[in-house]
Amino acid sequence: MDTKNKKQHRYGMVIDLDKCTGCGACMVACAVENNIPPATAKATDRTGITWVRVYKFDNGLPFPNNRSAYIPMPCQQCGEHTPCVSVCPQKAVEVDAASGIVAQIPVRCLGCRYCMTACPYHARYFNWWDPVWPAGMEKTLNPDVSPRMRGVVEKCNFCHERLQAARAKAAAEGRDEIDPSDYQPACVEACPTGAITFGDLADPNSEVAQLVQNGHAFRMLETLGTEPKVYYRSDQAWVRQIAQQEVQKPKAKEKVHG
Amino acid sequence: MDKQLIIRGLRRSPLSKFLLWILPWVALLGLGLYAGYLCLARGLNQTNMDNRFAFGLWIYLDLTIIALGAGAFFTGFLLYILKKDQLKAVINSAVVLGLICYSGAIVVLMVDVGQPLRAWFTFWHPNVHSMLTEVTFCITCYLTVLLVEYAPLVLRNRKLRQIPSLLVFEFHLHKVMYVLAGVGTFLSFFHQGSLGGLYGVLRGRPFAFREGIGIWPSTFFLFILSAIAAGPSFILLTTWLVSKLSKKELVKREVLSLLGRISGILLMVYVLFKTIDTLIWINHTAPASGFNPFDFYSWEPFGTWLLFAEIVVCGLLPAIILLDKKRREQTGWLVSAAFLVCVGVMLNRFVFTIQTLALPTLPFDRFLSYVPSWQETATFLAVVAYGVLIYSLSFRYLPLFPQEKELRQS
Repeated sequence: MDTKNKKQHRYGMVIDLDKCTGCGACMVACAVENNIPPATAKATDRTGITWVRVYKFDNGLPFPNNRSAYIPMPCQQCGEHTPCVSVCPQKAVEVDAASGIVAQIPVRCLGCRYCMTACPYHARYFNWWDPVWPAGMEKTLNPDVSPRMRGVVEKCNFCHERLQAARAKAAAEGRDEIDPSDYQPACVEACPTGAITFGDLADPNSEVAQLVQNGHAFRMLETLGTEPKVYYRSDQAWVRQIAQQEVQKPKAKEKVHG
Repeated sequence: MDKQLIIRGLRRSPLSKFLLWILPWVALLGLGLYAGYLCLARGLNQTNMDNRFAFGLWIYLDLTIIALGAGAFFTGFLLYILKKDQLKAVINSAVVLGLICYSGAIVVLMVDVGQPLRAWFTFWHPNVHSMLTEVTFCITCYLTVLLVEYAPLVLRNRKLRQIPSLLVFEFHLHKVMYVLAGVGTFLSFFHQGSLGGLYGVLRGRPFAFREGIGIWPSTFFLFILSAIAAGPSFILLTTWLVSKLSKKELVKREVLSLLGRISGILLMVYVLFKTIDTLIWINHTAPASGFNPFDFYSWEPFGTWLLFAEIVVCGLLPAIILLDKKRREQTGWLVSAAFLVCVGVMLNRFVFTIQTLALPTLPFDRFLSYVPSWQETATFLAVVAYGVLIYSLSFRYLPLFPQEKELRQS
């Protein structure tokens, strides 16, 4: 039996910034699911690996009018002009036509980092060090995900191994299509406030597709024309404005935090 | 033995003095090799690059030395294809400089990638849409061409000429030099262009992104133009420098003037197109990406002074000097203008490689700074040392400047 989905899917997510508390549970769940090793002592916020970095920003006003928000930034799974795909010299980045997921192939990656330079969302990470787990902790590794070696690039792939597992389950049960509830990335499951909604954007009845229709949903750097499949939403106008405006000017830089 | 290797009729410094000259460069090369070894053995954590500053000093070095090395293919093109016979006086030196620049760049690239043993993957799984694929193919092929172009020069060494078969081989190589010059020109044109395209295609970096013709952004053509404008200036500058250091007249004065004139004409064309390109970027490309172009220049120290320095001080000004026959005839003006041209192309490559990455793209992100580690700097300096050593050895034992003997006798 054909285990692949027949329908063209377009998996994506909507992250509700009003619900995100910046707790970092998504980062931890992602690291555990995807075998991201503990950072070495020398790693910094610019050399460490997390497939979903949570940024903090605020409205720039003094106390008591100061308001802050958090914005998780996984790979935005660009749908058009995908910046990283076209630049990779050896096809180590590909878009899966069946799911719309932008896949990184570490075993083919040269480690040139051109894709990292091309990504406007800074959602790609390089293995600056050998992956090392403390003794005994390697037993906790996820057998469905290969750890990556030093010198290659990696990034969020919407927990692709879970999609494979869902497809295998569907095939075993004689179904052509997966049950949407069988495929949820680790960050979605772990978020304690339910801020992340995941699903098939191509299915108009899915919750994620309906959330996108909401007037308060937006995407990062939409003017670049990369058509990301990660959406954000907020009922607060200042959050939408800051997240959608162009880069901060130097005078405001002390008010933002990476 | 040393004396027997030196070309007949040329005077070179005593061996002891030569060894003293190369000693510090050998030491620098040794340090750089050690630094390169550390990066290969322990990984790129030895550098100060990071996930945001994924390209650093090495990519800057690559883009710059490839641009300066353009003198090799362009002089070959002018001499063999356009029959500018006067340039025969510097073609050998140009080939050596080209070889140094291209081989140096390839060596540094091998250290710069995380998995150097997978370099062949690009030939096996090439992504034809990637500018880096174009770069890889062109740089490899052109280095091969340069090696073949360098071979006759080595074979003309006094001792090697005594071997008849090598003499015949050299004769046959010389006959295909026109073909090689043509192939080299084609490859290098594409290579210079694809290095420009490397940044111009980055839609996600609105500071570097440019529209263009077909699949090629405008930077593709501007990099070719700036490289062929700077190449002759770099040859002029190195010839003058070697002449000063060795206290010998190496080429006739009119050759330097011709190089200056060629550089000046091409630079003026480049400045014109660069200005048009910048205006299009300011008024159309950057605003269409949702960015105010002048915001990019509000992050100190990368202000608009960089743009002014690149286009006016290191572009228009030297072009005017080099196009003025009276000033061109004065060595001070000529050399200063050639120096400014080289600084200009270095500045241009700096802006594309470093400033592009320092600028934030996300609204809540920050401006970044990056200072290379000692390992990166030592590897960078090792390429300079490697260049000086190859050039010094070539100058001592090979006929780099055919007019030198004639000028000495007169």
